[in-house]
This record gives sequence, C-alpha cells and structure tokens, in this order.
Amino acid sequence: MSTDDHAPLIELRGAQKVYGRGEARVAALAGVDLVIERGELVMVMGSSGSGKSTCMNILGCLDTPTAGEYRFAGVDVGALDRNQRTLLRRHYLGFVFQSFNLLARTTALDNVALPLVYRGVRARERRRRAQQALQDVGLADRADHTPAQLSGGQQQRVAIARALVSEPAVLFADEPTGNLDTERSREIIELLVSLNRERSITVVMVTHEPELAVYGSRVLVFRDGRIVADGPPAEVL
Amino acid sequence: MQMLWNAFLLAMSAIRRNGVRSALTALGVVIGVASVILMVDLGQSATRNVTEQISKMGPNLLFVRAGFGRRGAAGTRSAARSLERADAEAISRELRGVTVAPAASTSATVVYGNLNYSTSIVGSTEDYLEVRSRSISRGRSFTEQERSEAAPVCIVGTTVIEELYGTAEPLGTQLRIGRLSCLVIGVLSDKGETMGEDQDAMILTPLATVQRRLLGSDDITDIFVSAASADDTARVKEELESLLRQRRGLGPLDDDDFFVRDMQELASALEGTTSTLTSLLAAIAAVSLVVGGIGIMNIMLVSVTERTREIGVRIAIGALPREVLLQFLVEATVLSVLGGAVGIVLGLVGSYLAASELEMPLVIAWEVVIVAFAVSAAIGMAFGFIPARKAAHLDPIDALRHE
Ligand SMILES: Nc1ncnc2c1ncn2[C@@H]1O[C@H](COP(=O)(O)OP(=O)(O)O)[C@@H](O)[C@H]1O
Ligand SMILES: [Mg+2]
Repeated sequence: MSTDDHAPLIELRGAQKVYGRGEARVAALAGVDLVIERGELVMVMGSSGSGKSTCMNILGCLDTPTAGEYRFAGVDVGALDRNQRTLLRRHYLGFVFQSFNLLARTTALDNVALPLVYRGVRARERRRRAQQALQDVGLADRADHTPAQLSGGQQQRVAIARALVSEPAVLFADEPTGNLDTERSREIIELLVSLNRERSITVVMVTHEPELAVYGSRVLVFRDGRIVADGPPAEVL
Repeated sequence: MQMLWNAFLLAMSAIRRNGVRSALTALGVVIGVASVILMVDLGQSATRNVTEQISKMGPNLLFVRAGFGRRGAAGTRSAARSLERADAEAISRELRGVTVAPAASTSATVVYGNLNYSTSIVGSTEDYLEVRSRSISRGRSFTEQERSEAAPVCIVGTTVIEELYGTAEPLGTQLRIGRLSCLVIGVLSDKGETMGEDQDAMILTPLATVQRRLLGSDDITDIFVSAASADDTARVKEELESLLRQRRGLGPLDDDDFFVRDMQELASALEGTTSTLTSLLAAIAAVSLVVGGIGIMNIMLVSVTERTREIGVRIAIGALPREVLLQFLVEATVLSVLGGAVGIVLGLVGSYLAASELEMPLVIAWEVVIVAFAVSAAIGMAFGFIPARKAAHLDPIDALRHE
C-alpha cells in the first residue's frame, strides 16, 4: 500500500451505497463523484437522511461502497482488506465524532495518547506528544481531568487533540458541533479552521448550520444520496 | 512482544478503571482455586494423619481375637471358643521374631475419693508395654511376684488421672476398680488419641488380676503380637492364622472362629478411603473452578457490550482486530491469573487454619498449587476468547452508534 503524493487526496467515482433489498431497499448514496485536494476545508451540508454520514464513513475507510471506486492518495481502497484499511486509518486519518466518544474514567492525556499506542510510540514520547496536542487545543491545564470533569466543548477539544496527535492527512468530523451550543460550536469551528490553515490538515466536516459552513473553503450539499451543489460558500449558500 | 506488552498495559488500566467489577469477575476463580487447594491439602493431611496414628499404634502390631471377624452374621463372638494363655505361649514359641502379649480386658467404673470414671481395664503380661509401644513415665512396673499372685496393683493412664486426681499425687494411693481396691504404682506416659480412641483412658494390671479378681475366668480377650518389622506383618499374619486353626482343631471346610487384624492392612484400607474422598472433593472443587471461568466469560461479554463505543473508537483510530482480540484476551487472562493468585493465598491460609483447628498435620500440595495457577490462566484465555473475538469483529460504524 503505497500512497502517491501527486494523486488527489480523495477521489470518489460513481459511489453507491445500498442498504437492504426488495421493499426495504434504500440507496443511501446514489452515485457520488467527488475529488478533494490537500489543504481543503470542506463543509458537508444536507437534510437528515441525505447520505452525509454514509459518505463520510466511506471516505473514512470505515465502510465500503456497494459500487463505484474510492482512491485515497492514489490507493484503491476497494482492493484493500479489513486490516489494510485499518492501517490506512491508523496512519493517515483522524476522526471527530458528534458524541465525543472519549474513554470514560480515563484522563484527557491518556485519551489523547490512545492513537499513539497503536502506532507503537513509546510511553514517554506518547506523553510528550499528547501534552503538546492538548496545548494546541488550549487544554494543557486539563490533562489530568477525566471526561466527566470536562464540559462538552472541552471534551470535543480533547477529541480533536486525539485526532491531531497522530498528525493525520485528513480529519473527518461528522457533526462535531451537534451536541454543543452556538458559542461552543463557533470555538470548535475556529479551532478546526486554524488547524487547517496552520498545519495544512485537510478537513471534511458535516454541519447543519449555514453560519458555520461559511468558514469552509468549499461547501457540498447532499440530497437523496447525491451531491446537488458544490462550490465556495459564497456561491452555494 | 511490544504488542503483547501494550495489550497488558491496556488490560491493567481497564481492570483498574472497573475495580469493583473486576474483583467480582475474578471472584469465581478465587473461590475455585482456593477450594481446590484447600480440598487437596485437607485430604492429604487426613491421609497423613491416618498414617501417623497407625505408626503411633505401632505399624508392626497385629492382634488376634476370638469370633467370626467380618463375617459377623455367621455367628457372634460368644459362639466362638475364647482364646487361652496357651495360645499366646504357642505363638511365641512357634513364630519367628515376634513378641507376644496376651491380654484380658474389661471395662469398669473406677472410684477415687468422691469422683468416679468409667474406663477400660487391661490385664496383660510384661511384654505388653513393648508390643503396644507404651512406656511408664513415673513409678514402676509390676514385679514377678505381683504378676503371679494377681496382686491388686495398677498402672494408670493420664486421662484417668486427670478425671479422678486433678493435680493430686496418684502414686501410692488406693483406687477402687469395681469392688477391687487397687494400689497405684505407676503412671503410663501420654499417647494421645489414635483412631478416635483415647489411648490414655485405661488402667493396666497384671493379667491374672483382671482374670481372677475382675472377670472370674481364665479367658484371654486379645493376643497382641508385634512383628520384627512392618514388612513382616503379612507373613506373621499368615502363620498366626494357620497355627491357630491347627490349635483350635478347624477342618479345611470350617470358617475361622478367630480373626487377626494387622495395622498395615488397616492403614492401607483407610488411606484408600481418604484418597478416594480427596479425589472426589478435588473434582467438585475443580468444577467450581470451571464455573469461575464461565463467570469470567459472562462478565467479559457484559463488559464488551458496555464498552462497545470504546471498541468502536479503538477500531476507528486504527486498532487491528487482532489487537482488540489480544486486549480482551489479556484482560480476561490477567483477571483470571490475579484471581488465581488471590485464591492460592486464601487456599494456603485456609489449609493452615483448618490444619491447626482440626489438629491435623499441615500438608501443602505444591504441585496442586502450581497446577491450579496454570489452570486459572488457561481458563482466563479459554473463556475470554469468545468475548474477545466478539469485540474484535465489531463493525466500527455500528459500535460507534451503540447506545
Ligand atoms: N446501516 C443502515 N441500514 C439501513 N439503512 C441505513 C443504514 N445507515 C443509513 N441508512 C439509511 O441511509 C440513508 C442515509 O443515511 P445517513 O448517511 O446516515 O444520512 P445523514 O447522515 O445525511 O443524516 C438514510 O435513509 C438512512 O436511513
Ligand atoms: Mg448523519
């Protein structure tokens, strides 16, 4: 599995995803073509059930399309087995979830260090890098706190630090602000924007809020499993 | 190696995070291992106890009694001709390397001052002490004259002294045995209890004293025979039987009307019983160990379900199925091994307490300790496998969506 630095980072061709069969058949994705280049900040919008999460899962190599082709940095993901897809995620992808998904009763520092465990980084180096990542999201002083001792906004920032710590090529965030109030949502978006600008991490993020989507360099709109609008925020919104 | 060490660290932090539940999970294994160790140790201790008691009675000892022995239904003891002193003399004359003590025993109420105590009275010859491995701690033995005259003199066991004298001096006092007033000339040294019988609850007199003054007959109730060594008892037993059959005029078709018991035989019979019992108890305990393993599987399955999201996160950020499998397998094994270690400590402490409480020798079966430990590790692995595999094969999308 060798990546190609000249190929587009993400290249999806005619992707379909079908659930169930017969009466219960649902086409969650009905043919999606999408190219994302390095350094973009893509905002994904669309009504509930339009296929945003399905598409994110495929892009994140957590799921495979029923039909169509997906290339990640030139690598044909469809040809990879489960272990290889896992290694792809381990080395190139970062995830932020709507419901934070931090390990309970585990300190922020240990939560952030988790991806490094699977990369075989030594304990001392893990601590150092986790501490640095926490500092990058402005939570250096909360390293010893467990999720229960942190607010929702702080938890999501710990989750972002966890996604950052392994220096991924892309960060996928499916409704990362879905459980946060407006003020906290804005802070999270601003954090992601600064990561995108300062570290040139590609970010693909789902949001329902047009006032948050304007932070993106590009906006996609899904409807019934297809992309119906694609362009800079000023054009699409 | 690195992967295993990581899995171990992850398992330890998961176990620490769920302290109480981890303890409860391991409890089954703790109890299983502790009871296997306790049962085997107690069983072996009981066997050792039997062996020790028999060697205390004298492993070379045989005794002969009139009667039909085990085939008791064929007739009662009174129906058989009793033994005579001449039988004992013949045994000592005809058999090689034996010491013989004929004895007449009865039981009687013994009175001193205003206290009385019911105990057994044994009249025997000078070789009795040697044959029964007894000795006199204070005072003296019977003189030749006292023996031939059926003198009212006695040597008293320590239990009788405790019951009747307390701390008073027994030597030189007159003790009443039934209607016979008897001079105490000696004290038997302690023997303690063997085979559930207090060997110190007895009074020894010359043979003729019991025969003439207490029983009013010349019958002999037991002939005690000691062989030269424990290995010799089988030969002695055979020779005893043929000699007595001949002396008692039994034809080839007649059943024995006497029986010979030997301590070796008794010892192996008892050891057989206790070791069967030990195996049985150990088997029951082993079942509880397996039940402990099922307990681990059960709680690990609950734990995998509860931690579905955690597993989803791990898989999403790049944990391979085999790494997730290893984490849960190691977790189950560590729990089980910790339970095994605690169980060993409890089992050993239990064995120690039980041995001292039951006044039995402390026997620790180290090989069982090692096996129990190894089995507890194996049980963790075996019963942890199904939950671990379940965790490893979770779909990350479903797992992350799990409520
Ligand atoms: N595992 C599944 N099984 C069956 N249908 C599914 C599954 N996942 C998603 N769908 C369906 O696919 C469609 C798109 O879902 P999703 O991608 O989650 O939408 P969005 O994230 O835009 O709200 C919906 O109609 C949903 O019901
Ligand atoms: Mg969704």
